[in-house]
Amino acid sequence: MGRQNLMTEFIKGLWKDHPLMRQLLGMCSTLAITTTVINGISMGLGVTFVIVSTSFFVSIIRKIVPPQVRIAVYAAIIATFVTIVDIFFKANFPKISEALGPYVPLIIVNCIVLGRCEAFACKNGIWASVWDGLGMGLGYTWVLIVLGTIRELLGSGTILGKTIMPSVYNPLVVMVLPAGAFLLLGFLLALMNRLEQKKQVS
Amino acid sequence: MKETIKIVSVLTIVCILCAFLLAFVNNAARGQIASNDTKKIEDAIGKLAPLFKKTEKLNIAGEEIYKLFDAKGEVLGYAFLAKGDGYQGVIKVLAVINPQIDKLEGIEIIESVETPGLGARIKEDFFRNQFKNLKVSVPIECVKENITQDNQIKAISSATISSKSLVNILNKKISELKKQLANQ
Repeated sequence: MGRQNLMTEFIKGLWKDHPLMRQLLGMCSTLAITTTVINGISMGLGVTFVIVSTSFFVSIIRKIVPPQVRIAVYAAIIATFVTIVDIFFKANFPKISEALGPYVPLIIVNCIVLGRCEAFACKNGIWASVWDGLGMGLGYTWVLIVLGTIRELLGSGTILGKTIMPSVYNPLVVMVLPAGAFLLLGFLLALMNRLEQKKQVS
Repeated sequence: MKETIKIVSVLTIVCILCAFLLAFVNNAARGQIASNDTKKIEDAIGKLAPLFKKTEKLNIAGEEIYKLFDAKGEVLGYAFLAKGDGYQGVIKVLAVINPQIDKLEGIEIIESVETPGLGARIKEDFFRNQFKNLKVSVPIECVKENITQDNQIKAISSATISSKSLVNILNKKISELKKQLANQ
C-alpha cells in the first residue's frame, strides 16, 4: 500500500470519519471523564495505545482466526492491552489513575476499539490498520482535550490545575456534572455539522 | 471436527499468550503500585499527625491499623482506614485518633465519588477541620443547625447524606476499634 493511502487512513479518523463526532461511538467515557484537561489527555492517549496495539495484532492474525470466534479473540486482545494501560497508570501516575477510576478498565467495552477491529483491522494490512488506529485514537483524544479544556475552565476556573479565571469568577458547577458534558457535546456536534454543511455548499 | 479443533486451539493460544503478557507486566509493576499505596497512606497520616516518625502496622482481624510513634518513641495515637457507602459510592477515609481513643486528631478522605460541588465538599478543609479534636468517647453526631456539644459536627448544607454517611462510617469503625484494641 502506498504512502498516500496510509496517510488517508490516518487523516480520516481526525475529521471525516471521526469516531466521536461522526460515528458517535465511545460516548460514555467521553462524557464521564472530561472534567479536566489532564484526564482528557491521559484517557485519550490510553485509548490510542489500545486501538493501535489491538489493530496491529488483530491485523496480524486476521487470516488464521476462524470467523466464529473472532469477537472472543478481539475481546481477549483488547482486554489484555487495556489491563496493561491500567497497570501502567497505577504504577506511574497514581493520581491520574485515581481520577479516571473505573473508566480505564471500561476501555475494554469502548466501542471505538472493537469497532476498528471489526470494521477495519480484520480486513486490512498491518500498516494500514496501525495508521487507521492511530488516526482514530488521536481523533478521539483531541475532542477529549477540547471538552476537558472548556469544562475545566468553566467548571473550576482552572486549566491543567492552574487558576486562569479571575477570583470573582463563580465556577459553573453544571459543567463538571454530567449535564454539562451533554450540553457541551451537543453544541460541539452542532458546530461540527455546521462546518461540514458549509463545506458541502461551497 | 477439524473446524472445531481449529476454533478451540486458536482461542486457547490467544488466551495463553495474553495471560503471559499480563503476568509479565503485572510482575514488573507490582512493587511500584504497592509502594504508591503505602506512600499515599503515609502522606495522609503525615498531614494529620505531623510529628509521627514511625508506624507499626497492627494486624487485627485482618484490618490494617497503624500505631504511630513520634521521634522519642512515644505513642502518638492510631491511624486507621474506614470505608462505607456514601451518597453515590464508597467513601474511604483515613483517621488519626489519640492513644486514649476518645478524641480524633483529624481525618483525610482517601477515596470518594460524591457529587462535585455538594457532597464532594467533604474533602474540603472547612468541613474536615471540624473533626480535629472532636470528642469520640460517645458517637459523633451530625447536626444541621448550630453545634451545641463537643461531639457534634455541622453537616454541609444540601449534602446532608454525604456528611451523615461519613459520620456513620467513622462511628462504626471507632466502636470496632475500641473493642479490638481493648482485646490487645
